[in-house]
Amino acid sequence: MKLLPKIKPAQLPAAGAKFVDDRLTVATPMRRIFNKVFPDHWSFMLGEIALYSFVVLLLTGTFLTLFFDPSMTEVVYDGSYTPLKGVEMSRAYATSLDISFDVRGGLIMRQIHHWAALVFVGAMTVHMFRTFFTGAFRKPRELNWLIGIGLLTLGMLEGFAGYSIPDDALSGTGLRIMNAIILSIPLVGTWVAYAIFGGEFPGGGEIIPRLYITHVLLIPAILVGLVAAHMALLVKQKHTQFPGKGRTEKNVMGERMFPGFAAKGGGFFMIVFGVLAMLGGWFQINPIWLFGPYKGEVVSAGSQPDFYVGWIDGWIRLWPAWETRNFDYTIPAVFWPSVVFPGVVFTLAALWPFLEAKFTKDVHFHNLLQRPRDVPARTGLGAMVVSVLLILLISGGNDIIAEKFDISLNAMTWAGRIGLIIVPPLVYFVTYRICLGLQQHDREVLAHGLETGIIKRLPHGEFIEVHQPLGEVDEHGHTHLEYAGAPVPKKMNKIGATGAQPRGVFFPVERRSDVEAEQKALAGGHKE
Amino acid sequence: MKSSVFAKMGERFRRAVVLLLALGALGGLYAAFSPTSTAKDGVNTAADEATYVREGQKLYSEGCISCHGRNAEGVTDRGPSLIGVGAAAVEFQVSTGRMPMARQEAQAQRKPPVYDSDETTQLAMYIQSLGGGPEIPNGDLREGDMSAGGVLFRTNCAACHAFSSNGGALSSGKFAPTLKETTDRQLYAAMLTGPQNMPVFGDNQLTPQEKKDIIAYVQSMKESKDPGGLGIGRTGPVPEGLVAFLVGIVACMFAALWIAGKS
Repeated sequence: MKLLPKIKPAQLPAAGAKFVDDRLTVATPMRRIFNKVFPDHWSFMLGEIALYSFVVLLLTGTFLTLFFDPSMTEVVYDGSYTPLKGVEMSRAYATSLDISFDVRGGLIMRQIHHWAALVFVGAMTVHMFRTFFTGAFRKPRELNWLIGIGLLTLGMLEGFAGYSIPDDALSGTGLRIMNAIILSIPLVGTWVAYAIFGGEFPGGGEIIPRLYITHVLLIPAILVGLVAAHMALLVKQKHTQFPGKGRTEKNVMGERMFPGFAAKGGGFFMIVFGVLAMLGGWFQINPIWLFGPYKGEVVSAGSQPDFYVGWIDGWIRLWPAWETRNFDYTIPAVFWPSVVFPGVVFTLAALWPFLEAKFTKDVHFHNLLQRPRDVPARTGLGAMVVSVLLILLISGGNDIIAEKFDISLNAMTWAGRIGLIIVPPLVYFVTYRICLGLQQHDREVLAHGLETGIIKRLPHGEFIEVHQPLGEVDEHGHTHLEYAGAPVPKKMNKIGATGAQPRGVFFPVERRSDVEAEQKALAGGHKE
Repeated sequence: MKSSVFAKMGERFRRAVVLLLALGALGGLYAAFSPTSTAKDGVNTAADEATYVREGQKLYSEGCISCHGRNAEGVTDRGPSLIGVGAAAVEFQVSTGRMPMARQEAQAQRKPPVYDSDETTQLAMYIQSLGGGPEIPNGDLREGDMSAGGVLFRTNCAACHAFSSNGGALSSGKFAPTLKETTDRQLYAAMLTGPQNMPVFGDNQLTPQEKKDIIAYVQSMKESKDPGGLGIGRTGPVPEGLVAFLVGIVACMFAALWIAGKS
């Protein structure tokens, strides 16, 4: 007796699907999901970089937990790294060294994990700016924007916890600074710091195990939940898309989830995984063995946080030492740049969709995106924020830059302070003008047509430039095409002047003869 | 016309090269057979020492006197007194090329030394003869316990020279230099004499054995390879962030452009 009916290989997918559907009756909802349409624009894939790095983080992180012990028990190192042999350290640091030197494949896993963390937060940031600059956060997608802000802040916290648990000197220095930042909060600071650290810094060894469980369970669980919600909302509300031919507020044009987009997404996951593995294999990151075990008296020059906290470090470095003592209460200078300003930044970012709607009195649904040039004020503001973040980030590494480029550290600090005041308004103004200029050029092409590059001399001697109108012209030679916020052709070959071109980035993926034949067929040219 | 000038110049050049080669060969022979050419270890007798001090004084009068004064007592706003700084300080400053200084600035820079090792010894012995001071011991300065040296390095040195000994910034253009090219003797001398902005680590702060431990650690760290791939400067999270964006994010974005283009 046969257990399974005999099926031809070609019918396997159908038979498999039937097997599942007979038992779970999921054909209807699955069809909806398989038919979900993804618009084809590269900027829609930035969030995917973050998503795939997150998957890589979960995979490599699970591997690392098998060998890491977040214990603060003092041990004497006896592993293979000779320069630390016989040195007293915590078990947490010793097991981090073991992962790096004595666990097979441990070092590359650690390195991929760390690189993936940087790319994860980096990609989230870039994705967030894409959403901002194209207005994708507008009604009805404000909630997904808020979830995104939650993902970014939790991602930063998660990264900081991961940075702290190996208990090397860099981790400890970071925790020392975090402890100082918490202490600086008025009224509750001391209590909160003592509660988190289990007493005066560094506490009785509580902080590393606490950060560990935060890093491997609490925050990842919330992140997974938020990622799921982020994507569920994306499916529910459908994708936004750039305006263009056939695209309206009521449809989405692009590729279906299955099979087209699934293949692309799967391939992209492999590429992101490959890039991260390449980084982990080729570039050394966080050489904890050089930092040594954390001791209170060990603070290395060039101790920096990872980049996603680096901008806050920059703010601390630039902020003057303005300590206030009012009503018998001291507020240390570090409170403002490390607690208040980042708090303001994230609050404003979270509220932005609502603020913008209020200022522009916009109550409509928006499924079509805006090109950055079409909203100069918002684009200028975003560019301004980018410039602020860059100045702060550079200032966060100003000691390294000062040392490498032989600049005075004091000059770097003052350049950062002055730059923070002067550069952002300039960036706003320049960006605003660039946006208007780009719009103007689009409008000019719509009214006058494309520049052909042909100069004609008229019989009476006048030179004119020949334009190719994009539509019917009136008696003045003007076309009356509506400005739609969609891309406008700017070159003759974009409207087929040079014939059809085979597609392909580095080399053609189509044969020229095929393309020409297709072109002819489209033009209805059955001449033979 | 032009070509004949060049020909003449070529002829002159050839002659100069031959002369240089001959002189070099002669000097090399002399150096090989000369009994006093083995730096300070060769100074055995009091007579040797006297010669060295005399030669050192000559060099001093040519190269150092304008800033440090006729009797090494120092010149206001130019150079400090050298009385009592010891041979160790002179050897450090001169052998790293920091002295003679190119110009007055925040800090003297390391550059190719002006004096060879023999001349450096002569200068060092002249200054030593003026008022004594710390001297670098002879022998293997690297004979120490690397692990103990690492602990001491991270506690005493890393705050300025950074965990990787690649250096770090100080205020107003001053800096803790990289130890990349620093020799054992220079490391020892620096600890002993505290050049420029560096504190002095006398034998009461770090015993001679502890200094050797530190040297053993620093030199082995410099020679060690990076097990994780390219070290990207061993400078911590700043270059790491840069690589994450310039390599990681950029590569992924190019992939995104490529994939989105295929529809």
